[in-house]
Amino acid sequence: MVGRPGASTPDASAHPPAPPAAPRAVADPTGYPPAAARSAVEVAREVERAHRESWSTVLASVVRLTRDLDLAEDCTQDAFVQALRTWPDGIPSNPGGWLTTVARRLALDRLRRETNLWRKLPLLIEAPGDVEQPTDPLRLVFTCCHPALAREAQVALTLRLICGLTTREVAAGLLISEPTAAARITRAKKKIAAAGIPYRIPADEELPARLDAVLTVVHLVYTAGHVAAGQVLTRSDLTGRAVELAKLLVRLMPKEPEAEALLGLLLMTEARGDARLSEDGELVLLADQDRSKWDGKLLAEGVSRATAALNGGGLGRFALQAAVAGLHVTAPSWEQTDWTQVVRMYDAMLISWPTPIVALNRAAAHSLVPGANLEAALAELDALSNEPALKSYAYLPATRADVLARLGRVQEAAEAYDAAITLTANETERRFLTRRRSSLAEHSARPAQQSPIPDR
Amino acid sequence: MAQYMFLLYDSEEWFDNLNAEEWQKAMELHGAFAQAVEAAGAKILGGEALERSTTASTVKNREGAEPLVTDGPFIETKEALGGFYIIEARDLDQALELAKACPSGNIEVRPVMDTSADAQPPA
Repeated sequence: MVGRPGASTPDASAHPPAPPAAPRAVADPTGYPPAAARSAVEVAREVERAHRESWSTVLASVVRLTRDLDLAEDCTQDAFVQALRTWPDGIPSNPGGWLTTVARRLALDRLRRETNLWRKLPLLIEAPGDVEQPTDPLRLVFTCCHPALAREAQVALTLRLICGLTTREVAAGLLISEPTAAARITRAKKKIAAAGIPYRIPADEELPARLDAVLTVVHLVYTAGHVAAGQVLTRSDLTGRAVELAKLLVRLMPKEPEAEALLGLLLMTEARGDARLSEDGELVLLADQDRSKWDGKLLAEGVSRATAALNGGGLGRFALQAAVAGLHVTAPSWEQTDWTQVVRMYDAMLISWPTPIVALNRAAAHSLVPGANLEAALAELDALSNEPALKSYAYLPATRADVLARLGRVQEAAEAYDAAITLTANETERRFLTRRRSSLAEHSARPAQQSPIPDR
Repeated sequence: MAQYMFLLYDSEEWFDNLNAEEWQKAMELHGAFAQAVEAAGAKILGGEALERSTTASTVKNREGAEPLVTDGPFIETKEALGGFYIIEARDLDQALELAKACPSGNIEVRPVMDTSADAQPPA
């Protein structure tokens, strides 16, 4: 057990409390000399940038000091408020360092005033050390994605604590009500405190399983933004956050091929973003996308990240998914995609992750191999129809509809489209499926349609 | 003398409206119970208050698969409570690792509440 802190810690003696209301007194002892005065707009932009780039680092450093998530969050928030007030006099050369110093000082002041907070001791940590430790944000990530928290709590907590989103933004991003989001976050924090979920990076032997939870959460954040429920097809605020999270993980764990693979996968998906919607806002399938509209720079980085992950010995779930995405984006056209290789990747995935969704993707890819036995592909799909995990998954009937149409079984295809239309939660997708259904007769002979993933 | 385990089941609404006064009242009731046990010539050998069930984690030890850790209490009804341990561990991670080594199919891991004299009511 970690000893309960007494009156004095190394941090406490190093930083005597400063009157929080006096901007000068806050700015000076940080050791980051301010530059020339700046305009309000410029300051607001810099504070916003610091919020995006440094929120998790600042918060994580304060958590290590306070062991209390709520207190650490309050003080981090207050440090940003002070930045808005004092940065007009000059923006510090190291904004993140300035914010960390200020937030930690605010926390120490609060702890001295409310000494009983020490008793809560929710998070077990080593003795307070340097102001910034490079591994701080990683501890926070692993705390947020602890397996003893429900997945939905992990996602909400990650958005709140790592991305610095407000409860309202978390609610909007996940399309849940604000009270629901607040309850989820509060409950998770209480559990962290009461159950003693530690603030540490898992040991090597536990890392693979723990890392998988972290990557899954980041992927879920991306997916929530990529095909959001409701009217809009994508929510770029969420997808952007997910890409930033993936970049953070790669920076924090440069030797983990799965983290690099996830970043590669997300970048390749991002690169196709603009081509997914037509000018009148309709969904364009990967098969029909104008590949010249893809973002070449993002694609190149995505492919190179995926390649590095695969070469780094990674044959994990995300490396294989990134490999599939890579096969898509490097093909000159939909028809020329190496479907045989795509099927192989899904087969490899099925060995470690025999989930119905992977099996569905495999079946969809199988149906697209030139000269594929469509009856066999259909049988593969039908075998999945009783999977509980796919009961409300629109892509199963949508894929069946496509294969049935190509088999010339128009009536059954129409019924399958109806099932998919009922299941999808996205308006753009619903319109797309409806168009598909109504053009069944004319297009039934078309050779290759769409697999549900990766572009959905 | 024989030994018996008392399993205390109560509504958790108590936690929702908890204040110092309610907390004090609960402590006094348990103090009175302890006296009643002693007056009857019996003995309390051990006992702890538990944190609310939302702070629980459950470890399922499955044959031929990795143990599964989930959030929340053990809720299935086919299995029956068959024993208990009180473990002092470094943190929840160590407690969960030990639960994986515990010879039971399902172990609910619930934090013990701090009811010492200087403790605060649980958050």
